[in-house]
Amino acid sequence: MSLVESQIETFYEVMRKQGITRRSFMKYCSLTASALGLGPSFVPQIAHAMETKPRTPVIWVNGLECTCCSESFIRGAHPLAKDVVLSMISLDYSHTLMASAGHHAEAALEETIEKYKGNYILAVEGNPPLNEDGMFCIVGGKPFVEQLKRVAKDAKAVIAWGACASYGCVQAAAPNPTQATPVHKVITDKPIIKVPGCPPIAEVMTGVITYMLTFDRLPELDRQGRPAMFYGQRIHDKCYRRPHFDAGQFVEHWDDENARKGYCLYKMGCKGPTTYNACSTVRWNEGTSFPIQSGHGCIGCSEDGFWDQGSFYDRLTNIKQFGIEANADQVGMAAAGVVGGAVAVHAAVSALKRAQKKNEKVEG
Amino acid sequence: MAEIPKGYEASHLTGDATEEDLATLRKSTTVYVYEAPVRLWHWLNALAIVVLIVTGYFIGRPLPSMQIAEAYDQFVMGYIRFAHFAAAQLVTVGFFGRIYWAFVGNSHARQMFVLPIFNRRWWKEVFFELRWYAFLEPEPKKYVGHNPLAQGAMFFFMTLGLTFMLLTGWALYAEGAGQGSLPDLVMGWLLGLVGNSQRLHTLHHLGMWAIVVFMIVHIYAAVREDIMSRQSIVSTMISGHRSFKDDRPS
Repeated sequence: MSLVESQIETFYEVMRKQGITRRSFMKYCSLTASALGLGPSFVPQIAHAMETKPRTPVIWVNGLECTCCSESFIRGAHPLAKDVVLSMISLDYSHTLMASAGHHAEAALEETIEKYKGNYILAVEGNPPLNEDGMFCIVGGKPFVEQLKRVAKDAKAVIAWGACASYGCVQAAAPNPTQATPVHKVITDKPIIKVPGCPPIAEVMTGVITYMLTFDRLPELDRQGRPAMFYGQRIHDKCYRRPHFDAGQFVEHWDDENARKGYCLYKMGCKGPTTYNACSTVRWNEGTSFPIQSGHGCIGCSEDGFWDQGSFYDRLTNIKQFGIEANADQVGMAAAGVVGGAVAVHAAVSALKRAQKKNEKVEG
Repeated sequence: MAEIPKGYEASHLTGDATEEDLATLRKSTTVYVYEAPVRLWHWLNALAIVVLIVTGYFIGRPLPSMQIAEAYDQFVMGYIRFAHFAAAQLVTVGFFGRIYWAFVGNSHARQMFVLPIFNRRWWKEVFFELRWYAFLEPEPKKYVGHNPLAQGAMFFFMTLGLTFMLLTGWALYAEGAGQGSLPDLVMGWLLGLVGNSQRLHTLHHLGMWAIVVFMIVHIYAAVREDIMSRQSIVSTMISGHRSFKDDRPS
């Protein structure tokens, strides 16, 4: 680490060079602490880390994706994405944000890998398609999967940005023609943090990076490998419309009176009850709003296989395994109907048989 | 297995009649089959399952919106969910109690949990019973415990089916109870395995319909057997005694 330390400035040094006062720096540290849900006692720890630790080199690679993760990331407000990119981390390679391109860019990638072997963080946006030897996504003339494996080999940890890297997202939805595969199924020997969402919330993205920089370890992860502090609860659990759910007051049709009153969107197919994310607490665009607040149900974009859970507007999922598209109630009612019908017929035949037997007895 | 006294082979067919049962049958016309805890479990379980089905259906497909009072004074969905969770806890405790009774109760208390699939005679009886239900046999056999078909249905829909519902149900409850809670520590792993909670909900929902189907068949078969078989059925689950309508051999 000493070699690295001498080469990279600390976060604090860079900030001071940009003309930021110590007072603003401390303010920034406390804001970051609250964004991470940490108590005031952590503020000095964050400040200390920023002052003494070298900036972490980050390599940001892009596979099959739509760049919505990058778009979200650069809108981070607490901390500002600018601060993250220019000061906290040393973003050494990122197609979208870097100035150089082509051979220069690839050279920068090689240099970072060599120089910071085992010390850099790999951030993956999108995922590698494995079909046809990975030919569906080419980066620098080679399949993306090769670049991903090459960069991951010497990484300290891997961050899987968004639903693409975490679960596969739309390109992995059935029938998944390119065999798009989430990162954890390709890279199996490195710690991977999933930060799902389509895209993830900006503050969640910058928050995860800040945490890793401050404490020099991965944040606490849940069973699916997501940071528990942001993905520990369902949207439904913290939704401001939850009282209407408990009261049994729902939007019945789009634009009905209940919709105007801001009732629960459960019947409109809101996936809040099955989606783990921080939307209902952190919200989007500096805490301005989130889908449910704007009157549309959650589509569950941070969940595994969210494109394959039927319509965004149905509470019950369609089950395609039954050939036709039907939900659990339709399948169940059909089964109960068939069995009920069979029972009725069976009962009728039983009654007839019994009557016949009785007659025989009487006659006999 | 004891030597089967002549004339009582039929009651031995499912392999569940004990020597003691046969001794009883020699003296009286009824056998004490279902002990009190088994009967109590049956009826409590039945009641709780009815509550679970009705409330569960309305959780998946809520009632029309109600405007009884302000939202903070109204708890319709909350009460429905409360009833669902309370009944589920009752079923859970009951199921563990029932498993306990399988160990300490009489041999009939174990029938629901194990299928004697290596018993050739049992298989013969399964096919006989199928023929009886297909109207191909003029007369059924006599059973002290479950007939083999009923035993199969109990095993698949109650022992396995109820286990499936309890596992998926508690995994869903763990989501609300929160990470690190007891339900989460015990059952939270299932959500990780299934991946998406929406999928878990659908599985739990399909399980409900499997139990509805079982209920239809179970109630029909119980009533039909009560009328057409050669032994008591419905009253047995009330008094515990199985009586036979005739004393003809097999």
